[in-house]
Amino acid sequence: MIEARELTKSFGSIRAVEGVSFDVSAGELLALVGGSGSGKTTVLRMVNRLVEPDHGSVRIAGEYAQRRDEHVLRRTIGYVLQGAGLFPHMTVEENIGITPKLLRWNEELIARRVCELMRLLELDTALATRLPSQLSGGQQQRVGVARALAARPSILLLDEPFGALDPLTRDRLQQSFKQLRTELRMTAVLVTHDMMEAFLLADRIGVLEAGRLVQISTPREILMHPASDYVERLMDTPRRQAKVFDELMGGVSGG
Amino acid sequence: MDEELALLPRLLTAHLGLTLFPLLAGTMLSVPLGVLSSRSRRVEHLVLNVGAVIQTVPSLALLALMVPVLGAIGATSIGYLPAFVALTLYSVLPVLRNTVTALSGIDRTLIEAARGVGMSPRERLIHVELPLAMPMIVAGIRTAAVWTVGAATLATPVGADSLGNYIFSGLQTRNATAVLVGCAGCAALALSLDGLGRMLLAGVTSRSRGITFTAAAAFATLYLYAGASLAVRAGAGQRDTITIGAKTFTEQYVLSEVLARRIERASGLDCEVKQSLGSSVVFDALRDGTIDAYVDYSGTLWTTVMKRTDAPVDRAGIVRQMSAFLRQHDGITVVASLGFENSYALAMRRARAEQLGVQSISDLSPVAGELSIGGDYEFFARPEWKRISEAYSLQFRAQTAMDSSLMYQAIEHGAVDVLSAFSTDGRIVALDLVVLDDDRQVIPPYDAVILVSQALARRHPHAVDALRGLSGRIDASRMRNMNRQVDIDGRSPRSVADEFLDGLAPGRGRSDRLR
Repeated sequence: MIEARELTKSFGSIRAVEGVSFDVSAGELLALVGGSGSGKTTVLRMVNRLVEPDHGSVRIAGEYAQRRDEHVLRRTIGYVLQGAGLFPHMTVEENIGITPKLLRWNEELIARRVCELMRLLELDTALATRLPSQLSGGQQQRVGVARALAARPSILLLDEPFGALDPLTRDRLQQSFKQLRTELRMTAVLVTHDMMEAFLLADRIGVLEAGRLVQISTPREILMHPASDYVERLMDTPRRQAKVFDELMGGVSGG
Repeated sequence: MDEELALLPRLLTAHLGLTLFPLLAGTMLSVPLGVLSSRSRRVEHLVLNVGAVIQTVPSLALLALMVPVLGAIGATSIGYLPAFVALTLYSVLPVLRNTVTALSGIDRTLIEAARGVGMSPRERLIHVELPLAMPMIVAGIRTAAVWTVGAATLATPVGADSLGNYIFSGLQTRNATAVLVGCAGCAALALSLDGLGRMLLAGVTSRSRGITFTAAAAFATLYLYAGASLAVRAGAGQRDTITIGAKTFTEQYVLSEVLARRIERASGLDCEVKQSLGSSVVFDALRDGTIDAYVDYSGTLWTTVMKRTDAPVDRAGIVRQMSAFLRQHDGITVVASLGFENSYALAMRRARAEQLGVQSISDLSPVAGELSIGGDYEFFARPEWKRISEAYSLQFRAQTAMDSSLMYQAIEHGAVDVLSAFSTDGRIVALDLVVLDDDRQVIPPYDAVILVSQALARRHPHAVDALRGLSGRIDASRMRNMNRQVDIDGRSPRSVADEFLDGLAPGRGRSDRLR
């Protein structure tokens, strides 16, 4: 579904991304992980051309992304931002319905689609006429996902979508997103710095270090056979957390 | 008070037209410019700097500058148009700056989101950037509205009626009521427009249809009303109305009324007086036919229009040469000398003059180093002053330029010792000032003459005949007396003019050859 080849991008004298290639097949979720400045967000943004690569190409369903009008291309790709990025002067329903509106769907169709998505994302329909500032963080992020899905995109891009939420809300949202994706069989690329999130949601994980893709594989493979010290260190935190948890649980059952 | 209030509907309407349309044009100019600026750093710097430069030009000068600028490109240079152009430019900066600031202040995440959901640059502007910037843009428009209401008062000297008519003539004729009516009118207008702007913004941001509609309807009504009255006035310009001009001092107000009423009485034609025109504006206005007649002074025309630096010899000679010059160069006819001179004169308080033993300007030169002199804005820059100070080698301790309506107060309170007065000013007698003798005859003669435009001479020879009948009818003491009735007794120029014309026995012309 997505074929990225030799993507390279510099900002000024800083090389952000170098020679990154990967494929995402239909219905698959690829998580891009790595520390700050590893280039994961830049890679994501080159998929829907929010950033133009210096070299390399992206093909979506076989067609070169660079050959299409950029805003037309983006209407076929859902995009979820960190902190939702809802338009503060538009109501919830206007936010969700924006891409269909740009695509000139008729109003009735938009209204029906908004309603459907609010149900799907477990949003109370009474919120439809509220402004984003009147919603909780979790609700805002759900609206953000609904907005990305509104025009039935073939691909969903998510940039740290749950990063700004408290742990409980984040967990609830991750769970409902996992379920949603299975239902919709969405092709998706997710950028996250949270390894646990990647393990939970991804079919495959790509690890970026200083702009290069150092390993791309299934979560299990990465966990078992990290390709480098860097990847190994990324695993440390979740491993340590799991260990602490296991010990606590062991202590309880042993007592 | 009644006389002032009678003018209020017309001047308030005119002022509204001078505020609303420049504001609309300024907004339509600066919002797109602001958008362009937010797209390019280079454009932003250029546009904001040009805007700032325009704003630093004092508004009075900006308005006055429009007259020669428009004249140079062959457009109507007097009246509504120069005021409209200048006020439009003046209203640009606050709107422009707020637009640029608002657009550049939009959260980057939202721009990113707008691109991410698939908006083209144009859609992004319409659906996201402008709505988010709107409260600040409206704030800029409200600032501009208040500024424009204030600056529009300065449209009076370029020949556009405004509430400034009250202020300019009120200050000159020491009519505090008129000044207050003008200021109160401006304040009320500024507050109402600002209030309506706030209401419109509140309606839009709170998404209240009722409030938005009410405010928008109020604005629409104001625009329609102001537009209609402008159209009516433009139509009236097509009709046969004779326009008499006046510069910005009392004597001119009185004489413009004398001319206007004289024509009305003799011919039944409608006359209108355009008061408080700048002294170069009034001549240009006559030349291009915006006004039909006014009174000027031979010495002034000799130096400023004919650009002569030599001292003319006699009063009759200068009028003769000037008439020929104006007819040939500007198509302007000099129809009559009114019979008095209003020349520059140096005056002192009687007590001070006697104490110093000063009777003539020559007597002044040995003591000038101890004294201070005050004069109007023009005086010290005029060639006459250069000639006087050189001929009598005058070196004053201090030299202060001030508004001509204030300089009499200055000498009354001893703030200055010597004054550059006008010889027919009513306050010379009222304040017991002595006019110093120009014993070396360096001050040129300033005969008051009636000038009429080519158009009037062609269209209404009858009206020109009526003006010619004023020849020699006003001597210096009569003029001084009429000025005094306005400046000191607080009468209106119009009633003084009517009384003069009532007392004018037909056919008894008399020329007052010398002061």
